[in-house]
Amino acid sequence: MKELLQVRDLKKTFKISAKQQKIQKTKERIKVAVNHLTFTAYQGEVFGLLGSNGAGKTTTLRMIASLITPDAGDVLVDGTSVVKNPEEVRRKIGFLTSELKLEEFFTPNYLFDFFADLHGVEKETAAKRKQELFDKFQISEFAEVKVANLSTGMKQKVSLVVSIVHNPDIIIFDEPTNGLDVLTAKVVTDFLLELKAQGKTIVVSTHIFSLIEKICDRVGIIIDGTMVVCDTLEHMTEEKSLEEKFFDIYAERAGESYEK
Amino acid sequence: MKSNMMTVIRKELTRFFTDRRMVLTTLLMPGLMIYLLYSLMGQGFSSQYEDSEDFKAKVQAEHLPESIKMMWDQDVPLEYEELSGTDEKEEALEVLAEGEGAYHLVISFPENFDAEIADYQVSSGQPAPAVEIYYNSSDTDSQSAYTMMKNMLDSYESALANKFDINPEGSQYDLASEEDLSAQVFSMIVPMLMMAFLFSGCMAIAPESIAGEKERGTIATLLVTPMKRSHLALGKVISLSLIAILSGLSSFLGMMLSLPKLMGGGDVIKTNVYGLSDYLMLLLVILSTVLVIVAVVSIVSAFAKNVKEATGWVTPIMVVSMLLGVTSMVESLCKTEPAWFLIPLYNSVQCMNGIFSLNMNMVNIAVTVVSNVCYAGIGVVVLTKMFNSEKVMFSK
Repeated sequence: MKELLQVRDLKKTFKISAKQQKIQKTKERIKVAVNHLTFTAYQGEVFGLLGSNGAGKTTTLRMIASLITPDAGDVLVDGTSVVKNPEEVRRKIGFLTSELKLEEFFTPNYLFDFFADLHGVEKETAAKRKQELFDKFQISEFAEVKVANLSTGMKQKVSLVVSIVHNPDIIIFDEPTNGLDVLTAKVVTDFLLELKAQGKTIVVSTHIFSLIEKICDRVGIIIDGTMVVCDTLEHMTEEKSLEEKFFDIYAERAGESYEK
Repeated sequence: MKSNMMTVIRKELTRFFTDRRMVLTTLLMPGLMIYLLYSLMGQGFSSQYEDSEDFKAKVQAEHLPESIKMMWDQDVPLEYEELSGTDEKEEALEVLAEGEGAYHLVISFPENFDAEIADYQVSSGQPAPAVEIYYNSSDTDSQSAYTMMKNMLDSYESALANKFDINPEGSQYDLASEEDLSAQVFSMIVPMLMMAFLFSGCMAIAPESIAGEKERGTIATLLVTPMKRSHLALGKVISLSLIAILSGLSSFLGMMLSLPKLMGGGDVIKTNVYGLSDYLMLLLVILSTVLVIVAVVSIVSAFAKNVKEATGWVTPIMVVSMLLGVTSMVESLCKTEPAWFLIPLYNSVQCMNGIFSLNMNMVNIAVTVVSNVCYAGIGVVVLTKMFNSEKVMFSK
C-alpha cells in the first residue's frame, strides 16, 4: 500500500510562561508537547491517534497541517515535505479542528465558493461538489443563512464541508465528533466511512474509544507526546477491548500517579 | 495564485459593503456628521454675529462729559442714562453685579473730564484722567458692551492725539486675493483633520479585520489553505486601504462642503480655488498615506490578541499622527527640503499643506508617494512574517 502520510521523528516544544509555571506547579521552562513521534498512514486507511487531553494529538495534527512548524523531524504528505513546502502540503490535505472557525457574517454558500477559490477549484467543479456535499449534509436549505444564525451542529457540518472543498486525498480531523449531538455525530462518522470507501486517507485524533473502534484501521496511542503503541486495531483488540488496552498501557506508563 | 489575493480583497469588500451598520458608521456617518456639525457651528457663529449687529448696550454714566455725549448721540448702538449721584451709582453697580441685564455697563468719568484731558500733558508724568468702566463678565451682553465701549474710548483717545493715520480708507491695502485667503485657511486646518479622518477610518476596520479574525479563530481557517501568506497580507492591506480611503473621502467631502459655512459663509472662504490637478495630487498623497497607516495598524493588530488590545495600542499612534498634523499650522515646522519628505506621515501633512496653500512642490510629492509606498511594502513584508509566525498568530 502507498505510504501517503509519513510522520518522521516529529518533535515540538513550547516555552512555558511564568504564569503557566505557577498554574502547572512546575519549574520547567520548556514543555515537550510532541517527542520524536513517528507513524505512517497508508492510502485508503483511517489512522486514529488516541490519547488523553494534552497528550500531543492536536499539536501533531497542527504540524501535519503546517499550521505550526516542528522543532525537529518532518512530515511527508504524498512525498511533499511539510517543512520545505508547506503551501503544497496544504493543497493536498483537508484539515478540520474545532479551533478553526468560519466567519459568522457569511453564508455557507459564500464560504464554500470562497474556500473553493482559495484552493483553486474550477467553478464548475466547485458548483457540482457544493451541490453534492450540501445535499449530503442537508445544508442546502440553510445555504443562504448566515453562519451566525446556524445551530452548533450545522456550523460543524459547514466547517467539515468547507475543509474538504478541494476533494483532498488526505483528510485530517481533530476530534471530529467533539461537542456534536448524537445525530450530527453519526452523520460525520458515516461520512468518514464513506470517504474511506472512496480510498481517502484519514487521520483522526480522539479520546472516544467507540469512534476509533468504528472507523479506524490502525491506531497510535500517544501519552505525554510519545507514541507508545502503533498497531492495527484488529491486533490491538485481540485479547482486550481498546479501552482496557489503553488503560493498561496508560497505567504502565504513568505508574504511581495514575494508580492513585 | 495572484487570484488568491483578489479573492481575499473581494471577501473583505463583500464583508464590509454587505454590512449596513459598517457602511453607515464608516462611510456615511463621518462625512454627514462633519457636514452637519460644521454647518451648525457656522450657523451658530453667524447668528451670534448677526445678533451682535442688532445689539444695543444699556449704559449708566456718571459725570457724562459733553464730548462723549455728542459722540453717543450720533450713530452709536447704545442707550444711556445719566446717574445723578453716588447713591444712584452704587445702586446701578448692584444691579449690574446681579447680572440681570437691566444695564450692561456703568461708566464713571472724572467730574471735569473734557477740561482735564485738554489740560493734560503726557510729558508731565502725572497720572492721566481715569475713566472707570464697570461690567459683568458672566453676562455675555455686558462683556460685549465692555469690549465695544473700550474700543470706542480707545479710538477717541487716539483721535485726540492724532498725528498720523494708518490705512485710513477701506481694505484695499490687503493685497491677498480671496483665493490666497481660502488657501491659507484650508492649508492650516485640513491636513490635521485629514490625518485624523484617515486614521480613524483605518481604526474602524483594520483591528476588526485582523485582530478580530485572530480572536474569533477565523484567520487560522485561512492559514490552512494553500494561499501564500504574502497574498493574505497584501489582500488585507489593499482592501482595508480601499475602505479607509472611501471613509477618508467621505469625511473630506463633508469637511470641504461645510468648512466655508464654518468660516463665516461662502463669501469669505471658497473651495473652488483648487483645480483638478490639485485634487489628483491630493488623492495620490492620501492613497499613499492610507497604505502606510493601514500597514502600521495591521501590524499592530496582528500582534494584539484581540480587537480591544489592538485599539488600545493603535490609539497612541493616532495621537502622534494628529500631532504631526499640527505641524501644518506652525511655519517653522514646515520644511521644504526633499529629505524631510522621507519621514512618514509628516511628509503627508506637509504635502497636503503644500497642495492646499497652492504651493505644490512636485519633487516633494513624488518623494512622499514613493517613500510611502516603500514603507507600506515593508509593512506588508512584516505582516507576512507575522502571518507565518505561529507565536504571533496562535498566542493566547
